[in-house]
Amino acid sequence: MSAAELLDEAPRKVDEYGYEPTAYHIKAGDHGANLNIEDFSLYYGQSRALWNINLDAQKGMVTALIGPSGCGKSTLLRSLNRMNDLVDGVRTTGQVSLDGMPIFGKAVDVIALRKRMGMVFQKPNPFPMSIAENVTYPLKVDGVNDRKVLAEAVESALKGAALWDEVKDRLDQSALGLSGGQQQRLCIARAIAGNPEVLLMDEPCSALDPIATMKIEDLIDELKGTYTILIVTHNMQQAARCSDNTAFMYLGRLIEYGETDTIFTNPQLKRTEDYVTGRFG
Amino acid sequence: MTDFAVKDVSMKAAERTKPARNYSTDLAARGEPMVFAMGGSLAIGLIMIVGILGLIAWFGFTTFWPQPVSVVHTKDGKVIAGEVFRSESFKPTEAQLSALPDDERQRIAEQAGFAERTLYRVGNYDLYGEDFQWLNAYDVASVEQPHGLVYMERQEWGPFVGRVAAMTVDGTATDAPGIDAVQVAVSAGQDRRAAIIRLKQEDIAENSRAIEALRLDARSAVLAYGANDPRTAAIQADVAAQTKALEEKAAALNTRLAELQAEDAKYALTLADISGQTKQQPLSSIVRIYQPNDIGFFGAAGVYLDRWAEFIFGQPREANTEGGVWPAIVGTLAMTVLLSLLVAPFGVMTALYLREYARQGRLVSFVRICVNNLAGVPSIVYGVFGLGFFCYILGGSIDQLFFAEKLPTPTFGTGGVLWAALTLALLTVPVVIVATEEALAAVPRSMREGSLACGASKWQTIRWIVLPRALPGIMTGLILAMARGAGEVAPLMLVGVVKLAPELPLDLSWPFVHLDRSFMHLGFHIFDVGFQSRNAEAGRPMVFVTTLLLIAIILVMNAAAITIRSRLKRRFAGSQF
Repeated sequence: MSAAELLDEAPRKVDEYGYEPTAYHIKAGDHGANLNIEDFSLYYGQSRALWNINLDAQKGMVTALIGPSGCGKSTLLRSLNRMNDLVDGVRTTGQVSLDGMPIFGKAVDVIALRKRMGMVFQKPNPFPMSIAENVTYPLKVDGVNDRKVLAEAVESALKGAALWDEVKDRLDQSALGLSGGQQQRLCIARAIAGNPEVLLMDEPCSALDPIATMKIEDLIDELKGTYTILIVTHNMQQAARCSDNTAFMYLGRLIEYGETDTIFTNPQLKRTEDYVTGRFG
Repeated sequence: MTDFAVKDVSMKAAERTKPARNYSTDLAARGEPMVFAMGGSLAIGLIMIVGILGLIAWFGFTTFWPQPVSVVHTKDGKVIAGEVFRSESFKPTEAQLSALPDDERQRIAEQAGFAERTLYRVGNYDLYGEDFQWLNAYDVASVEQPHGLVYMERQEWGPFVGRVAAMTVDGTATDAPGIDAVQVAVSAGQDRRAAIIRLKQEDIAENSRAIEALRLDARSAVLAYGANDPRTAAIQADVAAQTKALEEKAAALNTRLAELQAEDAKYALTLADISGQTKQQPLSSIVRIYQPNDIGFFGAAGVYLDRWAEFIFGQPREANTEGGVWPAIVGTLAMTVLLSLLVAPFGVMTALYLREYARQGRLVSFVRICVNNLAGVPSIVYGVFGLGFFCYILGGSIDQLFFAEKLPTPTFGTGGVLWAALTLALLTVPVVIVATEEALAAVPRSMREGSLACGASKWQTIRWIVLPRALPGIMTGLILAMARGAGEVAPLMLVGVVKLAPELPLDLSWPFVHLDRSFMHLGFHIFDVGFQSRNAEAGRPMVFVTTLLLIAIILVMNAAAITIRSRLKRRFAGSQF
């Protein structure tokens, strides 16, 4: 059943849940890169974790992935920059393409792919180095060692991550001395210092207090437009506040995908409504 | 009220389908016996460790303190002089008992048949043929500690206990000189001895080396061109001419040596032991002379420190039972450092491949089991392997290729510090591999993911993120390997450690590090002095002192490594993972 057909139907508020991929009313943007997920499935050995996901993350937009624990939203996100390669026995079918370039396949240069996609993890994971070295790590990886270039990159990335004013006087101090929220913004700075097209965020605020969370959300708002952002979150208010499009996943299936306002105010499927109104999950 | 409430609760509990919990907790459930068992085993372990360390420290630190010399008169009129070495109880035989007077026999019977006896270090091995003498307490008439006795350590024949009867300086004899005059003469004698040794070990030895190098040149020419080639003949003629000049120089040096020795012979002491036997002693052969019953505390402290200085910085003498262990210290340190340099990269790279690159499967598990089992192979087996493979096969091939002119004298084809270090590296590499693997496994996954997500390759991640974080753990493995290597003796006896090696593996002659040289080792020194020497009783104090020194060296090396490790750890102190 296609998205167009679903649009024509009256909202299905039924108790039997169909798992057809559902998508409609997606906000489209102008910058960054398109990320197209087509009929994507993932297996951990014998068990199947993702079932035929179809999802288009629009360029320059913030796409939120919501759903109860264990529904596969993190797995999906980590598949996009091939992080799941590190896990033994992972197998995928279907395809994901970044601006038309396939992500899976033997010919794909995974390192080049990851340079196009920054990633921010659930727990802040700054390296045990100075703040400046953390930010310039992607450049160090590329072999850049011109001090001037590095200094400019540090400043622009930290400003981009709204951290510059807080740390500009102690750039050579250990990043581990920062607070949790600052560490997470430092990780965002590190992700954008590599000048990626896509930013993948895996529950970036789950380990942070409300103030730090608010700062990160403001930051996401500022970054949108420049980068295509995919954000996994447990927090439905957060998804409602800072995303343009929202995908609801359940048990490894994509249940419903659409404009955030629609998903939260007028979802097409009963299961989605139950989840966003807090009746289960 | 309370009763009612309790009844109510129990009724409710009875109504439930599940049986009620057992609310009392007995001692076994609380783990009290286990706490006692655990605390007890810790205490036993600590007591044993403190006991052995205390024993070693006590004997090690007291050995060099100068003891007073006692003069003992026995009931049958003999007189002996010596340091009290130790006392013990023993059971006299029937024959000995029957020879005793009645009151002595009575006293022994009261002590359940045991009598006391004391071991005196009487020295004067050249006069008596033994260093020690037992005296039974019931034979002793009187013990005194008279003034004026001297205790003397000599280059040969062990200590001398007695008096200085006369001193001959430059042919002139003085009777009964004062101790200060003797000590001045002794230090002048030591200078003369040093000059003679310098001449022998530097000038004459250098000349001999030059002659040997010329002989090797001629031999190389024969090997390179053949015996009948005109080029060989030319080189041989040249070598012969140069050798002639050097041999003339050698003759001159030998004449000079004879002069020095003749001059030295003019200085001597006439010694008299306690019973009046006399002996001529060249002044230059005296290491140290003092009056043990007259020196007082500060004099004794001076002798004590002087003995420690000689022990640490001096050369061994008297078949290693006296003198210093400097060559053994240098040998032990050189071998341990070389071992660490070899084992660190080898072990770390192996572990990196096993943990980071190899596909984790049955083969890798099998390899891991093999590596762990390697740590359990008896060390002497490594020694045999090192001798066969490193010394004979590898070293023999090196000799064939690069040192052919010296054959049949082996250069690398025999035990040496390089082969010893390689053998011990093989012995300790499992420790490093296991520790490194654990350290690598302990690096948080989030660090690796963070690096990979930045577009770093696997090698960049390992190089910049994983290795720095694993470094403290790797250092722990290295410390363990170093400590094990420095304390190992059995394999070393086969691959390069010798009883006496005056030429150090590190010295000031080019190329400064001599990997082919055999060396001395503190662990082997302990074995040699304690169990292989002429006089085990005399070597026993040295066993303790050398053990103390070996433990101290291992402690210092470990402390250095631990300091480095904690400095590394501090860099990651704020990490939340």
